[in-house]
Amino acid sequence: MAAVSKGPVARALSSRWAKPAVFALGLVPLGWMVWLGLSGGLGAEPVAEAVRQSGLWALRLLLVALAVTPLRILTGQPGLARFRRMIGLFAFFYALLHVSVYVGVDQFFDWAAVWKDIVKRPYITVGMGALLILTALAATSTNGMVRRLGGRRWKALHKAVFVAGAAGCVHYVMLVKGWQYPPFVYAAIFLGLVGLRHAKGPAVPGREPRRHEGHKDFHKGLLLKGSPSSGADTSL
Amino acid sequence: MLIKVRSASQASESEVTPRGLFLSRRSIIAGGIAGGAALALGGTGVVTGPALAAPFQAPLTVSPKDPRMDARTPMKSATSYNNFYEFGTDKTDPSENAGTLRTRPWEIAVDGEAGKPATFGIEDLLSFPLEERVYRLRCVEGWSMVIPWVGFPLAELLKRVDPTGNAKYVAFQTLADRSQMPGLKYPVLQWPYVEGLRMDEAMHPLTILAVGMYGETLPNQNGAPVRLVVPWKYGFKSIKSIVRITLTQDQPPTSWNRSQPREYGFYSNVNPEVDHPRWSQATERRVGEFSRRKTLPFNGYGEEVASLYAGMDLRKNY
Repeated sequence: MAAVSKGPVARALSSRWAKPAVFALGLVPLGWMVWLGLSGGLGAEPVAEAVRQSGLWALRLLLVALAVTPLRILTGQPGLARFRRMIGLFAFFYALLHVSVYVGVDQFFDWAAVWKDIVKRPYITVGMGALLILTALAATSTNGMVRRLGGRRWKALHKAVFVAGAAGCVHYVMLVKGWQYPPFVYAAIFLGLVGLRHAKGPAVPGREPRRHEGHKDFHKGLLLKGSPSSGADTSL
Repeated sequence: MLIKVRSASQASESEVTPRGLFLSRRSIIAGGIAGGAALALGGTGVVTGPALAAPFQAPLTVSPKDPRMDARTPMKSATSYNNFYEFGTDKTDPSENAGTLRTRPWEIAVDGEAGKPATFGIEDLLSFPLEERVYRLRCVEGWSMVIPWVGFPLAELLKRVDPTGNAKYVAFQTLADRSQMPGLKYPVLQWPYVEGLRMDEAMHPLTILAVGMYGETLPNQNGAPVRLVVPWKYGFKSIKSIVRITLTQDQPPTSWNRSQPREYGFYSNVNPEVDHPRWSQATERRVGEFSRRKTLPFNGYGEEVASLYAGMDLRKNY
């Protein structure tokens, strides 16, 4: 580690302020929503808008979390890996906020109505499925859980993040009226990120597989590298 | 003087929100200043009849559950939270983008099964006796508003063109001009937007053409210069910025039905018993309120309109 000379980006990524900075960034959407809520900026239907905004941020941050590993490999910045868990947890946080506002404010804890929605409305069924997956992943995100589950099982479980991502995109596509393009932009980004993971090394534009980071490693490295079990992320 | 007969299910103006804002407006309306109203409704002074009826003063003996106790939605909400996809699909898009809509000159062609088909200029429309109608508006998305419209019964217009015996339905069409409507770039729906009513629905006294709201000219984002308001149906039936009305023998196509036939029927009467496949219609949130309220059959106008559908299976004819 110490032998590797680091550029400014790598130094910034490994700085002890980097994680607090990412943490603060993760709270910005929440702060923005609270500010809008207090200032009347959520518009005429603040409840609906709060549900919408929190859901969008959950999906955005999930895509950012999924982008960490491809980005790490494409940029050759291993230091990015240590933010993946935190970003994923923020995605879960906003998903939980999204569902909490829907259940607690929009439906005002009318559990019968919520249950009816879950079983009757496919887009809500799919969305709740995504939340369940994210909950399981968040609950097993600690180093202790990685040890308890064992690296192999932990990795298998956490592959479900792709199912959650797909479910989130489908949820969004299904809930809009008429033919609207924004949900398809999210879906396309998701598919792009999945595609990157399955790309052979040389297929990544402008990049030849390197000896120590060839396409085999590109495949495996996605989940191995930077996963808590690899020791790259032992803090937090 | 226009005498309005109002039944219990019609929302009244007796509740005022927000108070300060409306007291000033109400004083204008209550003053019965036809000239002032005419000015507000286009500034041309072409309004000949009493422009706005004096506000109906509901006796305050009604119970709080009576729909007549409904508070009016703040005008700012009604003009900034809109579905008018010709100007974008976000709720705030119409208020931000509809400035490009040119509402003068404006004409509605009324044709089809009519003895005397005619084209009405906006000035002609403003010369009908205008009155204020406070109606609940229930959106299929599960929110609702209470809006004081200014307009006249659609029946008055249709009578002028002398519908033939073959006129069983009325088809409506919204303007579709890319230079004025940025949302037409996107194939959200098949443009132009079209809607339809059965003849008896169109002739019903509750069905109006609105040219104003809150005592003012209809804002562009609310469907200027002239729109339909059918208070017992989901909001999308109340087609905006109308350029053509055609009397037809057969049931005309309607935009949302064409887009998603399983979700949107021709009738689209407000019905808490029949859910939209994607969202429950049992409850709604009145814009500006916190908790949801139960949705009423026919949006609370059952007393007036339920008989139109006697013998029909409203689960099939959703």
